[in-house]
Amino acid sequence: MTDIDYKAKGSILNPLKNLQFLGRRPVTQPLEPRPASANYRGFHLNDWEKCIGCSTCQKVCDNAAITMVRIPDIKEDPVNGIRNLRPAIDYGRCCWCGLCVDICPTGSLSLSREYVHTCTQDEIDSYFVLPDSSGMHGTYGHGWRKTADADLVDLSRHPMAHLEPPQRSDNFDEIMLGFTRQEAILEASRCVQCGMCHDACPTHMDAPEYIRAIWQDDPEEAVRQIYRTNPFPEVCGRVCTHRCETACSIGRRGEPVAIRWLKRYAMDAVAPERVKEIAAESKSDYMTGKRIAIIGAGPAGLTAAFDLIKQGHQVDVYEGLSEAGGMTRWGIPEYRLPAAALARDVDVITSLGVRIHYNRWIGRDIDMATLQLEYDAVLLAIGLGLGRSTRIPGSDHPQVRKAVELLREISQGSVFAVPRSAVVIGGGNVAMDIARSLARLQKREYGTVRITACALEDRAHFLADEIEIIEAIEEGIEVLDARGPQRCEQHADGRLLGLKTWKVDSIFDEQQRFAPRYDNSDERFHEGEMIIEAIGQMSDVSVLGPELTELLEWNRGRLKVDAAGRTNLPWLWAAGDCVNGPDVVHAVADGHRVAASIDAYLNIREDVA
Amino acid sequence: MRPENYQAINHPPSHEYELNFGPNHPGIEGNYALKVKLQGDQVVEAHADGGYLHRGFEKLMEGRLWIQNIALVPRICVPDPVPMEMAYSLAVEELGGLEVPIRAQWIRVMQLELSRIAAHLFTFGGHAATTGMYTTMYWGVADRDLFLDLFEELTGGRVYHIYNIPGGVRRDIPDGYLDRVTSTLDYLESRLPDYDNLFFTNQVFVKRATGTGTMTQQQALEWGVTGPNLRATGLKLDVRRDDPYLVYDEIDFDIATEEAGDAWARTLVRRKELQQSIRIVRQVIERLPSIGGPIRCPIPNPLAWNVPAGEAYARIDSSKGEVAYYVVSTGGDKPYRVHVRGPSSMHAVQVLENLVTGGRLEDVAQIMFSLDACPPEVDR
Repeated sequence: MTDIDYKAKGSILNPLKNLQFLGRRPVTQPLEPRPASANYRGFHLNDWEKCIGCSTCQKVCDNAAITMVRIPDIKEDPVNGIRNLRPAIDYGRCCWCGLCVDICPTGSLSLSREYVHTCTQDEIDSYFVLPDSSGMHGTYGHGWRKTADADLVDLSRHPMAHLEPPQRSDNFDEIMLGFTRQEAILEASRCVQCGMCHDACPTHMDAPEYIRAIWQDDPEEAVRQIYRTNPFPEVCGRVCTHRCETACSIGRRGEPVAIRWLKRYAMDAVAPERVKEIAAESKSDYMTGKRIAIIGAGPAGLTAAFDLIKQGHQVDVYEGLSEAGGMTRWGIPEYRLPAAALARDVDVITSLGVRIHYNRWIGRDIDMATLQLEYDAVLLAIGLGLGRSTRIPGSDHPQVRKAVELLREISQGSVFAVPRSAVVIGGGNVAMDIARSLARLQKREYGTVRITACALEDRAHFLADEIEIIEAIEEGIEVLDARGPQRCEQHADGRLLGLKTWKVDSIFDEQQRFAPRYDNSDERFHEGEMIIEAIGQMSDVSVLGPELTELLEWNRGRLKVDAAGRTNLPWLWAAGDCVNGPDVVHAVADGHRVAASIDAYLNIREDVA
Repeated sequence: MRPENYQAINHPPSHEYELNFGPNHPGIEGNYALKVKLQGDQVVEAHADGGYLHRGFEKLMEGRLWIQNIALVPRICVPDPVPMEMAYSLAVEELGGLEVPIRAQWIRVMQLELSRIAAHLFTFGGHAATTGMYTTMYWGVADRDLFLDLFEELTGGRVYHIYNIPGGVRRDIPDGYLDRVTSTLDYLESRLPDYDNLFFTNQVFVKRATGTGTMTQQQALEWGVTGPNLRATGLKLDVRRDDPYLVYDEIDFDIATEEAGDAWARTLVRRKELQQSIRIVRQVIERLPSIGGPIRCPIPNPLAWNVPAGEAYARIDSSKGEVAYYVVSTGGDKPYRVHVRGPSSMHAVQVLENLVTGGRLEDVAQIMFSLDACPPEVDR
């Protein structure tokens, strides 16, 4: 406590104390320009190179001071999650709280050390500023910036429970076990609702909406949002190529939101019967009387069927095999996509009234001409059911197999002699699928895994998902990069011995054409009783018959279609892998596009009549 | 206008007249009005009206995300904004079950006390000006600026710091910051004798303030007086000691009191608090370097943050008195209701009206400043 006596009467000489101030600097000093502190929250700076236009700053702004402005000079790139929007600040509203900086997913925003803004013109416009990295009145340097301990973005993903290698290496049980409710809500809460995922998705799924619904603990609403654009959520929730996650703005600096797993969670959380009710909500009340035949019950065909039945048309799907799903049923191993999950998706579609006729091969059990006569429109969605061959010497040996065909046999449960050792040619997801499927069979049968996968690409450019490669190695598969297959060696008695490979120097020539060059001094031999080629697939177009094949236009072995998926014949459309190449979610997107085209065509014809 | 402020027109006796004291008056701290009825220079009746600064803070908060409100709350009390951020954060932390890291708690204590010093310097200046001593005002404002410099360096903002968020603080202290705090505190301490000579022992102030605006301890309690104003009536009541928050229970400080309950006593309590605050900040400076760890506990993505349902009441001692936030959550991403218990709504309305009644016109401004009310917080 102070010991000054506040009540003491002062001396009459007290005023003389003032004289001491003659020698002191005055407290009030003239204003001099001085730099603001290193952490000052001044006017905005925005690094346009880093900014992706995700609008998160706009969402967190408490004063609605931020407007996203379209900059035509910047190129939009939805696949990589870049929009040509950039934030403009209304300094009549901004309160310089800096929340925009702290939440910016890319870290492009910062605040400068500039103290004052004086209007150089008497226009209110000078309060609306589109900040870039140059600063409002020249560069004053960065003030308030994002720091690691102050980041408001949750950069790390909530892990999902999964089977460890010892638990999974000898069976086909699904590896990923799904989110619990709590995990899903936490993971969904990481989303900043920028919608980059929506733009990047081939079928433009309403991911922000269903993630929001999951966060609000309303999985039924999530399912409703999912079914607006995708009738294969169980499949896409497991094996989608998740372009959404590549574009996710959280992924700029951290791990993207697990959008794919969240979709799966929504499906796990809602009972299948309820899913059917939700999917049927948007079904048309009346039937148009139009009939459509769809060839192939894969994702593209069934998506088109789903859309068309909802629009009130009658849809018949002809499937050559005994179950629906196409490549998702036969080409994807059970440990990634259980058949039961796929069956639930198909169930929803058939519950709307889509009829699937199984074991009906076009060309064998029914021909195209009949379909053309009986139906108003025909959709060809036959997928890529045949494997391509490397055509290297010895590849005609019966123990040299095509990956898709072998995968189909495994999925069908066909009995075949599991090789004690095998070599897989290819470094894509199909190669990993067959390698890992065989590894499981070997483990079960013989207790050991002896599988080598040889990819043309080097490790940095593998076509398979990173996680697939990691898990394959965990399961005991030898994954070799930059190995070019040269010859399938066989013993004099006809037994297959293995594969001879050379090291790959380069895969493409200057014109980016496929022309691999090898280093034949680095030759290796990989032992294998079986060699599996997993280097690509093609369509079995023989179903069309020679007459139709002649009538149709082709584009390098694939059917030529217009933007809406229609062939040069007015009654025939084509969709899915057989047109676009292999990808589930592209097939779904294609199904929607074609269904819209067919629906428009049928409606127009009705008007004319 | 509040209903009780409405008066039917009835012509006063010829020797009475009404004077609108404010809302635009240098003797009023901000946009705030006091309608005084006078007989000569004797105040017969006074009616406070704080409606000139109504911005609807409590309602605005219901429409904003939990995190967005941190930019709003400091505006409720401009001269002493830190307690507002702090009380809001403490309430949300209680609702959300967030554990604030120890390091952040010490940084928060430092801010609170630096803010108290800055607020008191501002008040002294204002109070001195009401008694005609403008030099103190210049000094007070100039020295407060040094503390604003410290805030600028720590928080990035001079007045609206927006530095505390539920879970902790937004940035760690800059390098060498504590040294600069020390040197500013040293400077302030060296200035205190000057302030004493100029103002606190100045007979102009002592004679005008003694016996002006006196309230008894009983009255103070009945009127809901808190903080330095209550302690000036001799009651040793301080939330920092009686209901410790943050790390105040680990800090050694005295509670400044005076007995008289008049304008002089209230100002003296604040003068003594300056030294206590310096003492507290020095303890923080001593302890902080040895306390590592994060400055904020992990919080969810602010755009998708549901605070668990419940209600929380967090109170702290500000330079003006007891600041408290009553926050109700229904489990949504925005508060269902926020009530701000600001000290000034008591001090500037019922207390001020009572204290000026019977006093003289020239003391009205002085009484108001001695109560250290903050108009933006009266009508939220």
